[in-house]
Amino acid sequence: MPEIKVTPLGAGQDVGRSCILVSIAGKNVMLDCGMHMGYNDDRRFPDFSYITQNGRLTDFLDCVIISHFHLDHCGALPYFSEMVGYDGPIYMTHPTKAICPILLEDYRKITVDKKGETNFFTSQMIKDCMKKVVAVHLHQTVQVDEELEIKAYYAGHVLGAAMFQIKVGCESVVYTGDYNMTPDRHLGAAWIDKCRPDLLISESTYATTIRDSKRCRERDFLKKVHETVERGGKVLIPVFALGRAQELCILLETFWERMNLKAPIYFSTGLTEKANHYYKLFITWTNQKIRKTFVQRNMFEFKHIKAFDRAFADNPGPMVVFATPGMLHAGQSLQIFRKWAGNEKNMVIMPGYCVQGTVGHKILSGQRKLEMEGRQILEVKMQVEYMSFSAHADAKGIMQLIRQAEPRNVLLVHGEAKKMEFLKQKIEQEFHVSCYMPANGETTTILTNPCIPVDISLGLLKREAAIGPLPDAKKPKLMHGTLLMKDNSFRLVSPEQALKELGLAEHQLRFTCRVHIQDPRKEHETVLRVYNHLKGILKDYSVQHLPDGSITVESILIQATAHSEDQGTKVLLVSWTYQDEELGSYLTSLLKKGLPQST
Amino acid sequence: MAAHLKKRVYEEFTKVVQQQHEDLSTKKLRLTKPSKSAALHVDLCKATSPADALQYLLQFARKPVEVESVEGVVRILLEHYYKENDASVRLKIASLLGLLSKTAGFSPDCIMDDAINTLQNEKSHQVLAQLLDTLLVIGTKLPENPSVRMRLVEVACKHLTDSSHGVRNKCLQLIGCLGPVEKGVAKEAENQAAKDVQKIIGDHFNDQDPRVRTAAIKAMLQLHERGLKLHQAIYSQACKLLADDYEQVRSAAVQLIWVLSQLYPESIVPIPSSNEEIRLVDDAFGKICHMVSDGSWVVRVQAAKLLGSMQQVSSHFLEQTLDKKLMSDLRRKRTAHERAKELYSSGEFSSGRKWGDDAPKEEIDTGAVNLIESGACGAFVHGLEDEMYEVRIAAVEALCMLAQSSPSFAEKCLDFLVDMFNDEIEEVRLQSIHTMRKISNNITLREDQLDTVLAVLEDSSRDIREALHELLCCTNVSTKEGIHLALVELLKNLTKYPTDRESIWKCLKFLGSRHPTLVLPLVPELLSTHPFFDTPEPDMDDPAYIAVLVLIFNAAKSCPTMPALFSDHTFRHYAYLRDSLSHLVPPLRLPGRKLVSSAVSPSITPHEDPSQQFLHQSLERVYSFQHLDPQGIQELLEFTIRDLQRLGELQSELAGMADFTATYLQWQLLLIKALQEKLWNVAAPLYLKQNALASAASKQILEETYKMEFMYSGVESRQVVIIHHMRLQAKALQLIVTARTTRGVEPLFGMCEKFLQEVDSFQRCFISELPHMQGSFVDKLLDLMPRLVTSKPSEVVKILQTTLRQSTFLHLPLPEQLHRATANIIEPTGESDNPLRFTSGLVVALDVDATLEHVQDPQGTVKVQVLYPDGQAQLIHPKPADFRNPGPGRHRLITQVYLSHTAWTEPCQIEVRLLLAYNSNKSKASTRIPKSTWNESLEALPPSENGIEGTIPFSKPVKVYIMPKPARR
Repeated sequence: MPEIKVTPLGAGQDVGRSCILVSIAGKNVMLDCGMHMGYNDDRRFPDFSYITQNGRLTDFLDCVIISHFHLDHCGALPYFSEMVGYDGPIYMTHPTKAICPILLEDYRKITVDKKGETNFFTSQMIKDCMKKVVAVHLHQTVQVDEELEIKAYYAGHVLGAAMFQIKVGCESVVYTGDYNMTPDRHLGAAWIDKCRPDLLISESTYATTIRDSKRCRERDFLKKVHETVERGGKVLIPVFALGRAQELCILLETFWERMNLKAPIYFSTGLTEKANHYYKLFITWTNQKIRKTFVQRNMFEFKHIKAFDRAFADNPGPMVVFATPGMLHAGQSLQIFRKWAGNEKNMVIMPGYCVQGTVGHKILSGQRKLEMEGRQILEVKMQVEYMSFSAHADAKGIMQLIRQAEPRNVLLVHGEAKKMEFLKQKIEQEFHVSCYMPANGETTTILTNPCIPVDISLGLLKREAAIGPLPDAKKPKLMHGTLLMKDNSFRLVSPEQALKELGLAEHQLRFTCRVHIQDPRKEHETVLRVYNHLKGILKDYSVQHLPDGSITVESILIQATAHSEDQGTKVLLVSWTYQDEELGSYLTSLLKKGLPQST
Repeated sequence: MAAHLKKRVYEEFTKVVQQQHEDLSTKKLRLTKPSKSAALHVDLCKATSPADALQYLLQFARKPVEVESVEGVVRILLEHYYKENDASVRLKIASLLGLLSKTAGFSPDCIMDDAINTLQNEKSHQVLAQLLDTLLVIGTKLPENPSVRMRLVEVACKHLTDSSHGVRNKCLQLIGCLGPVEKGVAKEAENQAAKDVQKIIGDHFNDQDPRVRTAAIKAMLQLHERGLKLHQAIYSQACKLLADDYEQVRSAAVQLIWVLSQLYPESIVPIPSSNEEIRLVDDAFGKICHMVSDGSWVVRVQAAKLLGSMQQVSSHFLEQTLDKKLMSDLRRKRTAHERAKELYSSGEFSSGRKWGDDAPKEEIDTGAVNLIESGACGAFVHGLEDEMYEVRIAAVEALCMLAQSSPSFAEKCLDFLVDMFNDEIEEVRLQSIHTMRKISNNITLREDQLDTVLAVLEDSSRDIREALHELLCCTNVSTKEGIHLALVELLKNLTKYPTDRESIWKCLKFLGSRHPTLVLPLVPELLSTHPFFDTPEPDMDDPAYIAVLVLIFNAAKSCPTMPALFSDHTFRHYAYLRDSLSHLVPPLRLPGRKLVSSAVSPSITPHEDPSQQFLHQSLERVYSFQHLDPQGIQELLEFTIRDLQRLGELQSELAGMADFTATYLQWQLLLIKALQEKLWNVAAPLYLKQNALASAASKQILEETYKMEFMYSGVESRQVVIIHHMRLQAKALQLIVTARTTRGVEPLFGMCEKFLQEVDSFQRCFISELPHMQGSFVDKLLDLMPRLVTSKPSEVVKILQTTLRQSTFLHLPLPEQLHRATANIIEPTGESDNPLRFTSGLVVALDVDATLEHVQDPQGTVKVQVLYPDGQAQLIHPKPADFRNPGPGRHRLITQVYLSHTAWTEPCQIEVRLLLAYNSNKSKASTRIPKSTWNESLEALPPSENGIEGTIPFSKPVKVYIMPKPARR
């Protein structure tokens, strides 16, 4: 039986370090190549030695696919391609290809320059790695080699995020990456056609959550910002440079526009400047509203949002500032926070989850006195708000995607084991498909039932299709022909042609059967009786009484002779060819029942 | 067959020749017709290759064919069809046959047999499909011939087994359009086609080609539209189609399900995988709800739209559509809406939220959570959050329709509608505000909801704000804090956007009169009165203060205890506002003060409005003036006109009526004045100067008549007669004046003749009304008509003069409703001192914003006029898209006017005004007259009379300060 094997090297019952190995019909594909935020040792990268102990990775992998630019999906790429060594193709969408190196470079800088790590990939390595990348468009079918093809679908989540369909012959796997089923202010919803893959590998970050409408969240967020600004307070929004930051910018920008507000909005520079540039470029990857209005005005050319300068933080009057990083653990956002924390008119809004130990986490859990470096105590008087703006599909969204794609099997990754368990049970219950959730390093094998294409000559097809009712795509149809397996190809041909091609002489197979009938009359009378009987029953067939005393039903021959011993018993000889087997056996059984009583 | 055809064709040719010999001159027109088919025949015979023939056919298709020659052409084409081997040419011929059968006046039954015959031997699928299409055209042209239809349906059924999807498609289409609808017919025709068409079509629901499946569903819908009652059995088939791979099939299937749910709402269907049963409409509703989260947005829009019209659905199903059970980490979570509600009911409103406020509470039983219900769960929640705004709008519309029929649902969907006020697309916001207004009778806003609603008041789009004001006009608020909040927000809006003044006042008027008891406790605070101290008197011209007063006075109308809280200056302000803003401030019964309306004795029945009565009384008085001396008449008229004008200002609902009458009386006054000129008695011709009054009067009267005819909506035919009559009199006056001032008789001849023609046409147009016009000018004139026609111009003038004087004043019947078209330019305000500077020769855009009331067809009639100081006038036609229609009888013009001029040395003012264009051709009278008479009179009348087009200014001009600078070099 053909099978698909899936082994997560990362993200199996876990979030972070996404890296999944898939072997399908003899092809090996690696899906994502991420790093783990939580570790600083070897565990931060997937264990590539699993793929091969000795020997080059290129020989074992046919291609690598990166779903989007988040570091937990692409962070290990330069390490993998340059330091471990991989020269095969790497596929990602255009925006991912554009933004990915910026993030990698930033990541490198933090690790090497700030933390002083050695034995890490270099800028040059990032560049070399990006040279191996092949960019793909949405819905473009890319032939990796003769048999393997991949196709990208829109996934929402972040700019350029894509779901990938990997197809070999008629076996296929869909990998979702991270996706979002509800549209937001700058991105659309994930969409896939009814591609009916053998396996759907889905993320399951929010496996046990059904989220509230995004409108309530947006409204709350805007109301809070608006109120604070009207009071003359300052609003600090710590964000990570890409993704949610743009979402919030668009949200505030349109709100400012709508409400005709004048308070300045600032965005701390750096990464974002560059990234915003790409957002402007890849307008086709955004949602309907932005796509439709960009001719008048590109939504990412912010009118109200200006670059931030360190000195602005001390300016009087209301303002809104987006500052990195998002968890208030270092950098500009922390500096501004320290300046503004003392005033109860000000507000800080945390738009995402904060890791334990960061200032963000502390203030969210209600701590009002913070100990800063140098024994300094910072009293937090400003308001602290939490607003979740996450772009993952919730349980309903995951189910919706499964419904759209109609897979035969589902495999969950990128989530916590306990939550996956629940979703797995739900999926099996609702869709009656089997669902898997392998841990890292654990291999799941899925048996497939691939269809085998067979060539058929048009003449034969038409001839066979003409028999019986109209062909129906949804019902299997019985056809007569000869299956020729030659040179690794299958062909269905008519028997005559098959004989000709194979150079074989045609043999005829005839069945002959004797039926004994008790009939005291003369032979020809018996024959006549049989003839009348058959004629009466088989109305649709041509039944003929030949002058030589035999009967033919279509091509079946019936002859009657008297039994050599018992004249009262007549022996009917029924003879038919192999092709007429059905009718022949029917006739025999009919005759065996005997003739009706003569009238 | 072909030989037979050929013979017929040649017969035709010979006929032509004969005609030629018989009568060349008279039948010339007819000659060309057979020759057309002949030319085609020649062309087609000439064609050497199929490509050539195709070219000829294409050329031929461009020219129209007369009805008489259609049959000949068809024969030629058919003949050629049989000979032709090339499929593309045959295809073109088949399509031409269809086109030709469409010719108006041509009955295609004669070519039907041939068309059916051609089908038999056709091999090409494309041509077959085209031929079936032709048959469809033929069939639709012969609606009253059931036997033909039966035959066509039979033919179609035969071809249903074709292997090409195109052919099957067309067959199904044909069956759908022509299949027998009545049961009786089916029984009569005892052939095979009498088989159940529904069954035939239903069999193709499972066709292998999605296009055919779609066609089958569409054919079914077509049958339904034609009045066939579909079988309920189709429902289960249709349900299966909802899971089709192709969006067009799903889209059509949704429609089919909807149709069936409307046909059999109460039937019971089983729920699969359980032994329960539900009503069909509920089941269908659930299924369509499911489609709101379909993969294709076309289907989603379709589904969302249809949901709105399923009003028979049970309420618990309906309410499920808004329910989406939230959970977090497997624990039940309350929605933000529920939390808001709870906060509100616990009395603790708007607490500063903490992190984890929305922390999940109770544990959920994992088995009980159903992630994808087949039911209606959360359909609207999904629809309203959809990516495509088309889906969101459809969902809002559906919500609106369902909420209108179910108050409990209205209450529930409120939260969601309020959320939609923050959509990123303005259209969606506007739509949801309108929706909310429509259902506002059923709902009361909670404070937190009101808060969200009011936040939108700061929107920079005027449409949104005004829609919101309209909404607030008819909203119910539950608490006095709510009223206060609304007032505060409205005042904030007023300071931010002062142009919204009128709309805000109006909004507060309704808010006050709806919630008198809630306003009462707020009065001291709002008026800032103090029990012990006198507070300073607020500024009377402050729009915000006026807004507060409007709220209070309207509340006081139904709250008699309120005036006791007023301070002295409030009473004074009341008197002032009652006078200056009478449409906003109601009459109040104030202690110690005589009410204006208190003068009316209470014996008058309330439904008879005293002002209406006044109007009629004054008119009656005027009509009886015959007995008075001329001076007295004039005075009476003048006073009445003054009264009417004042009445119009005070009573907005009577303004149209009063104005109309006043104009009429004004006209009478002018006529009397003009005729009373002493100069008439002088026998000698007059100087123009001496006659200034009369000629001016005649001109003015003429203008007034146009105003009366075109500026008022609701003018009935009785009024139109009188207006036309007035016009006739004005023209007579004009004629007299010209006769008296010009020397020589020649120009008078023409004028007299023209006038007499006008009288004639008047008589023809309004012949039915003449009996009502006893003793009028026309009546008398018609009596004298024989004399007039024969007499000289000078005689005519004399007769006219005497008749004018003797004619009685016609009683003007008033219509039920009469509204004067008015326009008010809101922007530009004309108050700016800063000139609009631009480089001369280039263009500057001036935003014009105006409200129009009671204008019919504003797109066609309203123009913008710009008058430059040098007398140059520019007329601008606004685009149809610039007009919006916020309410019945009201329009809003928001447009840009492009100005340009050569350089000026000083900034100067230009005038912008709105004009109402009219065309006497399209007068209301003409629509009433039967067409034939009008056509005759059209021929008789000189063209100048018919085409009088003019414009009436109907807004106050607004001055705009501009300054074209010379271009710098």
